[in-house]
Amino acid sequence: MKVILKNIDVFHPAQKLNKKNTDILIEDGVITETGSLSEKKYADAEVYDFTGKVAVPGFFDMHVHLREPGREDEETVVSGCNAAASGGFTGIACMPNTEPAIDSAEVVEFVKKQANNHLVEVKVIAAATVGRKGEIISPMAELHEAGVVGFSDDGAAIKTAGILKRALEYSRMYNLPVIEHCEDESIAGGSMNEGLNSTMLGLPPIPSVAEDLIVMRDILLSEYTGGRIHIAHISTRKSVEMVREAKAKGLKVTAEVTPHHFALTDDAVKTYDTNTKMNPPLRTKEDVEEILKGLKDGTIDCIASDHAPHSAEEKEAEFEHAPNGITGLETEIGLALTELLHKNILTLEEVVNKMAINPRKVLDLPVPTFEARQQANITILDLNEIWTVDLSRSKSKSKNSPFDKRLLTGRAVAVVNNKKMFYQDKFIEL
Amino acid sequence: MPLKSRHLLGLQGVSKEDIQLILDTATTFREVLERPIKKVPTLQGKTIVNLFYENSTRTRISFELAEKRLSADAVNFSVSTSSVSKGETFKDTMRNIEAMKVDMVVVRHSAAGAPLFLTQICDANIINAGDGIHEHPTQGLLDMYSIREKLRKIEGLKVCIVGDIAHSRVALSNIYGLKTMGAEVSVCGPLTMIPRFIEELGVKVIHNIDEAIQENDALNVLRIQIERKAREYFPSIREYAKYFGITEERLEKNGKDILILHPGPINRGVELSSGVADGLNQIILRQVTNGVAIRMAVLYLLGTLK
Ligand SMILES: [Zn+2]
Repeated sequence: MKVILKNIDVFHPAQKLNKKNTDILIEDGVITETGSLSEKKYADAEVYDFTGKVAVPGFFDMHVHLREPGREDEETVVSGCNAAASGGFTGIACMPNTEPAIDSAEVVEFVKKQANNHLVEVKVIAAATVGRKGEIISPMAELHEAGVVGFSDDGAAIKTAGILKRALEYSRMYNLPVIEHCEDESIAGGSMNEGLNSTMLGLPPIPSVAEDLIVMRDILLSEYTGGRIHIAHISTRKSVEMVREAKAKGLKVTAEVTPHHFALTDDAVKTYDTNTKMNPPLRTKEDVEEILKGLKDGTIDCIASDHAPHSAEEKEAEFEHAPNGITGLETEIGLALTELLHKNILTLEEVVNKMAINPRKVLDLPVPTFEARQQANITILDLNEIWTVDLSRSKSKSKNSPFDKRLLTGRAVAVVNNKKMFYQDKFIEL
Repeated sequence: MPLKSRHLLGLQGVSKEDIQLILDTATTFREVLERPIKKVPTLQGKTIVNLFYENSTRTRISFELAEKRLSADAVNFSVSTSSVSKGETFKDTMRNIEAMKVDMVVVRHSAAGAPLFLTQICDANIINAGDGIHEHPTQGLLDMYSIREKLRKIEGLKVCIVGDIAHSRVALSNIYGLKTMGAEVSVCGPLTMIPRFIEELGVKVIHNIDEAIQENDALNVLRIQIERKAREYFPSIREYAKYFGITEERLEKNGKDILILHPGPINRGVELSSGVADGLNQIILRQVTNGVAIRMAVLYLLGTLK
């Protein structure tokens, strides 16, 4: 089947490509030509006019919690992929804190099978330790062979420095990162960021030093072992500063930030809305300022959602009892464009780097291009559309987001990958 | 002059006029409580639910008594903590209560914010009888009432709250209320029990009990939770008693006649020595009666709002 994306802008920083108002010809899911197409190419082609829209390499969210296996009532691999497509992603990496945990080739196979032939490519991050218990490192060689792209005990940090050291040494053989949820549990354990707000709300506090301590430990052990550390959902000023220093020293340390950690502060918790409860918690204005600085200067490599679906029943609890986490796949691009691009924090090139290129580099995956004979793996953005988040229309099985009804500027209007296009709320076979 | 809010969720943001109104109204009810017939028909026909998710016999009885003295129909609804581990129970219970068309709900809950949540799903006037480590406004009002009764004013006084500030629901209500009324407020306790950033509320932090005694006109001594996990915050009860307990020798040494309040029940020999506790008996009993008067005032003012 022939498809033409007509009058579209094409932008790919890694490919040094920036063409306005051109056409992309896709045949059977493969890009065959980019440029102004002659009339005769239009014969027997399905034509989609994308005037004013911009095609960029398909966005990739490297931190997603699918709830399959275990909590299919909250999210399945397929519903998560649908949310990803609707949110503008052609690929995601899913975290292993399922039930059972993804700590064996069998569970990796199971998850991949669920995603079979979806537009959205699902990459699997395996547990760093067996059962995420922090006692014995997972069978990393076998997991590598099964195609996992990293190791993480996300939900918690790897329990001890000793185990982390071994995980880094072992994973280094396969050039896979250890992705760390940085939190010292002996200091954390509360339900919101420690500060004047936690004191006034009477909510048990999580001091930011709980994150900083593990970031410091992890950087030291990355330096010592030569293994790669990726700091997940970085949220504190000091953590950003430490990652910046580590990078200046040339260490193999990378970092990601979630949209909520740059778009919100712990002021949002004042209503006790459980959709403002996540881990790491929303921090202060000073932390957000440093995060924006870190995004700009390259300290923070990636933007990732930490999409964490939870059932309404569980979130409708008292703040202290509600589970951590919010959904994010469908608000991520809008928040990044609104808060970063349109507020002149990042250029479009930097946004594309942080949402399409760097996540794949961290996970050692090839970056899609617009070159001929490449599979079309494209996100199409409308940078200026003003829209309102409407959770009731979310493709995710869960609706736990603090961003409902938020006005955003810019969104993904379509994604193309794996011989499919998601456009105007439906999947189209190409 | 009516209250500005139809709920009492905390003393944060409650105006000086409103606090004054509640304290003055309590004085009226305090007189009623001295009469042979202690009942007034003010809230006749009103239904009040005392919704207690946490065991607190003292607070519950105080509210219940206040409700009965005002001729309201009081219903007690106690939920054992073991059955509230799931949040849906809370919401479902609320929905049930809402369906019963009650006029007011007095709620005690182990989680901060629960009374606020209630205002969103329930039409009744909500009174917070203690939520987690957040607020306990009627206790704060009662403490202010007792201070005013004894020292004849609040404005310009120096008041120190002593003990585990970080895990207390009474401390914040006292801080907000006392500061609004023009008192100077400090807190005293081991630094492991003082929440960070509390100075930003305009509160002085002291960790020497002698200094607290010397500098203040009144001490509000909190009960130390010796039973549960609060124990992790200080090395031993012996050490706490020795360095933070209030004893007769300490009071004598500092040569001060200082008003001491305690919400009760006292851990004798811990936060207060037996001698100091004995001397306090009268005040504590008076505080119990004052507590009923304060709760009557709050129920009355909210219950008669148009
Ligand atoms: Zn995490």
